[in-house]
Amino acid sequence: MRIRILTCFLAVTLVLAGCNPITRSEADGDGMEMDDGMPMDMSGGSMAADSLETQETENGLFRVSAVSQLDPVVINETHAWTLHVESADGTPVADATITIDGGMPEHNHGFPTAPRVTENLSGGDYLLEGMRFNMGGVWVLTLEISSGGQSDTVTFEFELK
Amino acid sequence: MRRLLVAVATLALILLVSVVLIATGLVGGGSVGVAIRGVFESPAGGAAPAAHRWTGAERGLIASLSIDRLPSLPPDPSNAVGDYPDAVALGHALFFDSGLSPDGSVSCSTCHQPDRYFTDGKVLANVRDMDTPRHTPTIVGIAYSDWYYWDGRKDSQWAQALAPQEAPIEHGGTRTAHARYVLSKYRRLYESVFGPAPDLSDTTRFPPEAAPLEGETSGTAWEGMAEEDRGAVNRVFANIGKSIAAYSRRILPGRSRFDDYAKAALVNDWTRMSELFSAEEAEGLRLFIGEGQCTDCHNGPLFTNGTFHNIGLPLPEGSKFDQGRSQGSLQVVEDVFNCLGEFSDANQEACVELRFIKLEGEELVGAFKVPGLRNVAETAPYMHNGVFPDLEAVIRHYNHAPPAFPGHSDLVPLAFTEAQSAALKAFMLTLSAPPDAPPDLLRQPESQE
Repeated sequence: MRIRILTCFLAVTLVLAGCNPITRSEADGDGMEMDDGMPMDMSGGSMAADSLETQETENGLFRVSAVSQLDPVVINETHAWTLHVESADGTPVADATITIDGGMPEHNHGFPTAPRVTENLSGGDYLLEGMRFNMGGVWVLTLEISSGGQSDTVTFEFELK
Repeated sequence: MRRLLVAVATLALILLVSVVLIATGLVGGGSVGVAIRGVFESPAGGAAPAAHRWTGAERGLIASLSIDRLPSLPPDPSNAVGDYPDAVALGHALFFDSGLSPDGSVSCSTCHQPDRYFTDGKVLANVRDMDTPRHTPTIVGIAYSDWYYWDGRKDSQWAQALAPQEAPIEHGGTRTAHARYVLSKYRRLYESVFGPAPDLSDTTRFPPEAAPLEGETSGTAWEGMAEEDRGAVNRVFANIGKSIAAYSRRILPGRSRFDDYAKAALVNDWTRMSELFSAEEAEGLRLFIGEGQCTDCHNGPLFTNGTFHNIGLPLPEGSKFDQGRSQGSLQVVEDVFNCLGEFSDANQEACVELRFIKLEGEELVGAFKVPGLRNVAETAPYMHNGVFPDLEAVIRHYNHAPPAFPGHSDLVPLAFTEAQSAALKAFMLTLSAPPDAPPDLLRQPESQE
């Protein structure tokens, strides 16, 4: 008798482990997973705010990082980023002038907006406003950084998927 | 031995019941459940769900288009009365009131007809037998837009509503006449929304027909007015727009068959998916989100990214090249009724779209706003110039995608087969649904009938 109960218990546990019931919240799409176990993205194109790795500018003058204030970054929402600029030796560059370019090279178009740095946040941080992506896919963000009479550029490439 | 047999039999029974439960879709939302159901619902099993089988990424993309993902309508910071019931009532009356035209023949609803999803079915908007340069777009769900008109030369629904009032080949009115008409006919409603109305009775200060229209007698009259008096008239005129916007922002898209399908697709409910979509419609959806790359621009729950693209449209004989966004962007910056202007209720910070508007770039030349595709089957003809009479013609254009001149086309030729083209169209027909709005807002106010 005890074996029977034990077997039943084991079987039920095994079956239920593989088959969670379809609940209301899942039907609404919350907490769904994709086939690879990642949380399902239902935005039509997105990435985590801190997806971009810190990069050196082309001639090695500066190290630049760019983090979105909208997390995750999604399409069709105008939002701001924080840029951080430091010299090659890691000293924050607090007097930089930064111009923005970018877009989707594959589609031969730029950003749908004209983003620009609107504020020097001190400590090498800068507020970049007016960022917007209007479709999923590969985007580039190019920053031309000038400080102390020297300029250098850096291009970030990233995908909203 | 007997115990062992009983135990094995019980185990077998439990497994059988579980598999049946999973196969019917009662339980089993996880990947194991999906895999088990796949065995039972394979084409060989007779249910033919291959058409309705989606990867996780595809399901995410389908869900991104669903009306379930549409946030509730955010307030328009530039229109403080946008959600006032009395403003809705006033706007409702004004929308249908042909008294807002000198000859009493034109109202907003002349072109934005409720029984045609607020379009007019014409190639180009046309009143009094005069064509305007562009095709009438729908206003259903348009409150979610950042830009208005095909070229985005207005940045709010209320600013948009004002322009046709004075366009000589549309309403053909003037703002002093409009202000006087609204204040005499709707004074109680107006004052309940906007407070005490100005006194416009002095016709030397407020000429009967005055508007900033170049080359018109009304323009000369407008120039002759004191700046303060012009401001008072502009204020009433802006409030007319804000009332019309309060009404039209209530007209939202309804739940379509596609939205029910998206909900079923999200949980891999193949039985429900098969009930809702034919294999052809599902194939059309597959092309729409996949090979067709349609979601590059027609994305999100309203099937538009809200921005401007040149798609190399043919130029109908006798018509001039239309600059589209490259001009519209310059116009909206100059517009006295824009988000940053004195008649806007928004603080400067809230005018993000206008502050970061793109004014330069070859991609603005000949570019027009991506129209949403909800109810697309109900709103022929198509494009800013109404050049395509039906969806077949639209798909033919996308199949060939000729280069644009001037500017550059954002399209690549789809080269779909006839069957694929038909499937794409079949999918688009699933996007129709009656507008989501209180029924009384979808017809003329009873007081006017």
